[in-house]
Amino acid sequence: MNFDPSTYWEALFSWPFLRGAMLTLGLTVAAHMMAILIALPLAVVLNGPPSALRRLITVYVGFFRAVPTLLQLLFVWNALPQIFPVFREEWFTPFLAAWIALSLNESAYQVEINRAALSSVDSGQMAAGQAIGLKKSHIYRYIMLPQALRVALPPTMNEFITLLKLTSLASIISLQELMTVTQINVARTFQFSEYYAVALTWYLVMVYSLMGLQKLVERRFRWSSRTEANALAESRRSRGW
Amino acid sequence: MIRLRNVNKYFGNFHVLQDVSLDIVQGEKVVVCGPSGSGKSTLIRCINHLEPHDSGEITLDGLTVGTPKDVLTVRRTAGMVFQNFNLFPHLTVIENCILAPKLASGVSDKDARKMAEEYLARVHILDQAWKYPIQLSGGQQQRVAIARALCMRPTVMLFDEPTSALDPEMVGEVLDVMSELATGGMTMICVTHEMAFARRIADRVVFMDAGRIVEVAPPEQFFTAPQSERARTFLSQISH
Repeated sequence: MNFDPSTYWEALFSWPFLRGAMLTLGLTVAAHMMAILIALPLAVVLNGPPSALRRLITVYVGFFRAVPTLLQLLFVWNALPQIFPVFREEWFTPFLAAWIALSLNESAYQVEINRAALSSVDSGQMAAGQAIGLKKSHIYRYIMLPQALRVALPPTMNEFITLLKLTSLASIISLQELMTVTQINVARTFQFSEYYAVALTWYLVMVYSLMGLQKLVERRFRWSSRTEANALAESRRSRGW
Repeated sequence: MIRLRNVNKYFGNFHVLQDVSLDIVQGEKVVVCGPSGSGKSTLIRCINHLEPHDSGEITLDGLTVGTPKDVLTVRRTAGMVFQNFNLFPHLTVIENCILAPKLASGVSDKDARKMAEEYLARVHILDQAWKYPIQLSGGQQQRVAIARALCMRPTVMLFDEPTSALDPEMVGEVLDVMSELATGGMTMICVTHEMAFARRIADRVVFMDAGRIVEVAPPEQFFTAPQSERARTFLSQISH
């Protein structure tokens, strides 16, 4: 067997790999947050009555779902500076380009998740919020979104994990994320198994940590289960509601 | 205090409310009954502008219902109780009650809780205040919904078939709370099929059919000697 553990351990906690993993995670978090920020108002509009804006959003969603992510990345990094000179400046980094491309791409998927989650909330909830005299923004913030979040969380987590791995595409625009760092080291030493194992380890650590986080968040949704609501209520009471 | 003048409402081509006029004075208890699809629920949903009416005029405590700037004030003036309770499942009982006072009326958390406890006690459910709606029975949930509405200190309460979704053994506890509210002087408009309740608390019964008010009469007169043929048929159908 040709696996050198010392190479593996050394690389695992080496600065380039740590930095690569952090870039991967950072880019994913930044892109997904931006995607959710874009998708939320769009989903609210999609949930409302038919309008010209709604048709426009449908076109937007279709567009970013149809175009391959790789093409979007290449377009933002290579074509955008050709069309708009402002993107030729120093500040336009591969990270920024990847952030823009992945945010737009992900927002198209997130819109559908958010729309489905919002429409899963019983229509009586909106009526009840209106009947007690709350304004629309408060109804969404305090009544609709907390309930929609419960439905949106599992598919959103799926999206996050997919996005985490999609960031490796940014190696093509020279972003030094985890897979780029791995490829560089492999090309230099031909020690495939050691460096692939390092990348694998970091992806596993990130995804399993996220799954743990998801479990923690889901504990907040126990109000929806007849058998578990009691535990949630008791625990909140003991902490003084 | 509530005044409806020639109110019309359409759902597409369907004329749900046809030229409805009605006056309700402070402290009055009005029961609205009639066959399903007659427009009873739509009528009370127009009063707090959950359904916008298409023509005619509705005023509530001097406010013209439908004026955009008064929509929230109208809804805070009229409390509403729904057939399916519509409690917020992600909030505990007391959180359901304090949400609107805090957000809409700017009441402090402490004062809102104090007021909520008062109303929860009045609907006999204070001991469940820390629970989530899913842990409660239908009757309990509906009593919480009544307390939640009362927490906005409305001057009129609108009930939209408040006992229709309940198991029979829970109807009584909700009607008892409503009777207590009536005795306390609250103005009430109640869409219901509970005729014994209507007889006991109503000052007037409004009978609707096909989007029109067919008959308005004191309960004794309505139940013993209805004037319209349609009301006689309806009463014979529900009394078997």
